[in-house]
Amino acid sequence: MRTDSPGSVFWRRFKRNKLAVAGGIIVLLLFVVAALAPIVSPYKPNEIDRKYILMPPSLAHPFGTDDLGRDVLSRMIYGSKISLAVGFVSVSIATFIGLIVGAVAGYYGKWIERIAMRFIDIMLTIPTFFLILAVMAFMDPNLWVTYLAPEVQRILEVVIIDPNIMTIMIVIGLTGWMGVARLVRAEFLSVKERDYVMAARALGASDLRIIFRHILVNSMAPVLVSAVLGIAGAVLVESALSFLGIGVQPPTPSWGNILTLGKDNIEIAWWLSVFPGLAILVTVLGYNLLGEGIRDSIDPRLWESDRT
Amino acid sequence: MLTYLAKRLLEMIPTLFGITLISFLIIHLAPGKPTDALSEMNPKMTPEARERLEKLYNLDKPIIVQYGLWLKRIVKFDFGESFSMDRRPVMQKIWDTRQPLLDRRLFITFMLNLMAMVIILMIAIPLGISSATHQNTLYDKITTTAVFLGFATPPFWLALLLMMLFGVYLEWLPISGLKSMGYDSLAMGSKILDRARHLILPMFIAAFGGLAADSRYMRSSMLEVIRQDYVTVARAKGLPEKKVIYRHAFRNALLPLITLMGLSVPGLIGGSVIFEQIFSIPGMGQLFFNGVMARDYPLIMAILTIGAFLTLLGNLLADIGYMLADPRIRTER
Repeated sequence: MRTDSPGSVFWRRFKRNKLAVAGGIIVLLLFVVAALAPIVSPYKPNEIDRKYILMPPSLAHPFGTDDLGRDVLSRMIYGSKISLAVGFVSVSIATFIGLIVGAVAGYYGKWIERIAMRFIDIMLTIPTFFLILAVMAFMDPNLWVTYLAPEVQRILEVVIIDPNIMTIMIVIGLTGWMGVARLVRAEFLSVKERDYVMAARALGASDLRIIFRHILVNSMAPVLVSAVLGIAGAVLVESALSFLGIGVQPPTPSWGNILTLGKDNIEIAWWLSVFPGLAILVTVLGYNLLGEGIRDSIDPRLWESDRT
Repeated sequence: MLTYLAKRLLEMIPTLFGITLISFLIIHLAPGKPTDALSEMNPKMTPEARERLEKLYNLDKPIIVQYGLWLKRIVKFDFGESFSMDRRPVMQKIWDTRQPLLDRRLFITFMLNLMAMVIILMIAIPLGISSATHQNTLYDKITTTAVFLGFATPPFWLALLLMMLFGVYLEWLPISGLKSMGYDSLAMGSKILDRARHLILPMFIAAFGGLAADSRYMRSSMLEVIRQDYVTVARAKGLPEKKVIYRHAFRNALLPLITLMGLSVPGLIGGSVIFEQIFSIPGMGQLFFNGVMARDYPLIMAILTIGAFLTLLGNLLADIGYMLADPRIRTER
């Protein structure tokens, strides 16, 4: 007799959902473009050409050039690296904090839970962007130089080039974990009295083992969905910060800081505003479609939070 | 009903307390002293002057004492003096009593957000309902797609595009500030018109983000409600479809939306920073942004606290709305 594993059920449903597949393809393409940036971009992102300042789109420069004569398409391709990195790292930080806080609150209950939940309520009361900006203002730009081991720094430098991007990732992560924490806590409340958890406890398993091996693994599905949707949100926040001039700093290209140039040259250079914004839209759309596709495809038996 | 309201109000007190604690801690646990920003810019700052300054802001006392002193002052809406050149009291910057109400920063931000909320409700509710009652028709598919696209559109990008279209190419609308250059010499009627013209784009952008989320939510909530037994009963007893939808289904579908509105207030107010910055609107969001750039600590703490207070106010409004829509809560003793 053949039984369907949750994985194969998921895959069968996911494949049927055309929009979800489209979202997956968008995200995959972004990865490929970002990884192959040096190969696929026609120019170097910081190559200045004073003869071609603010040129409209042409065959030589499909998305035009900016105020220093740099090729917009090439800058956008390099910008996709930042967008991806910020999305993934900040959501990983947020998910990690959310998992820990939610698990501890849900598992131990009592006053720990009350304090944690009250703290989350308060964090959610402070206007989102105000909180991000405030934390941003007080972050030491040299934070990672001060606290991380030199080897780790070297790896980070290779991957993300610019230290202030690290700050952005941390800030978005630190201000975005509350939703995950609530989700995980709800999962814990519904699972922790189940028979298999009782059995594990009766067999003398430690708290840590029960939390990680027995409960957390069973509540990964909604966390995964919220993480994928969270990346979309992080990409939006990063681009907004860079647009306002406090995110990724030029000359490092990011979609948001190209849009700043778009605003500065709004009367003469429409291409600086149109293309980077479209890139953000398509990226966010891709993650949203993928996230919702995953949610709809997950075997309902694994989907605990529907019942709460 | 009153007991319910009183209970909600009481619950806000610890939250409010916690907010002040968090805004205080963010600043005081951050690396460097708050007075660093003040002294960095001033080469004449001697160690003695610095010490005096620290004494002035009570930075030489233990942190608990500092918090207590700060709390004692903010109860009287005294948030201290700004670190900026003019050294004006922070509260005067946010709520300048020497200026007409319409030009006070907090009022501008408050009104913009309130109006945005009204617009969101006025568009999202009918859109969500009609989309749900016409499920799987072409109309539903178009609105659902539009909403999904709207969900992924960065509002500041849309603002740029609209500024370009209506401001630069068509020249129909102004793209910055809240009033024109010669505003003061205009007649009353033209004054109102002038302000209204300046408000159109910022209002639309402020409302935009919530619009997509709320109409989507309204649609799914409505879809769920019209499958309920009591709606089938209403239909079975021969009520006209309009009555079924608006009398029986609508009010029940509205409940989750009210909750969502309450939850979306922090996002809305936070968004003020972005759209006030883009459209050069002299509101609290712009002030906050400038404060962050200048590391003006007293100002940042004040606006964080006021922003959170506005959120609580929004939640309270949502509670009242919930009460009006749900008779079960209204009659609860």
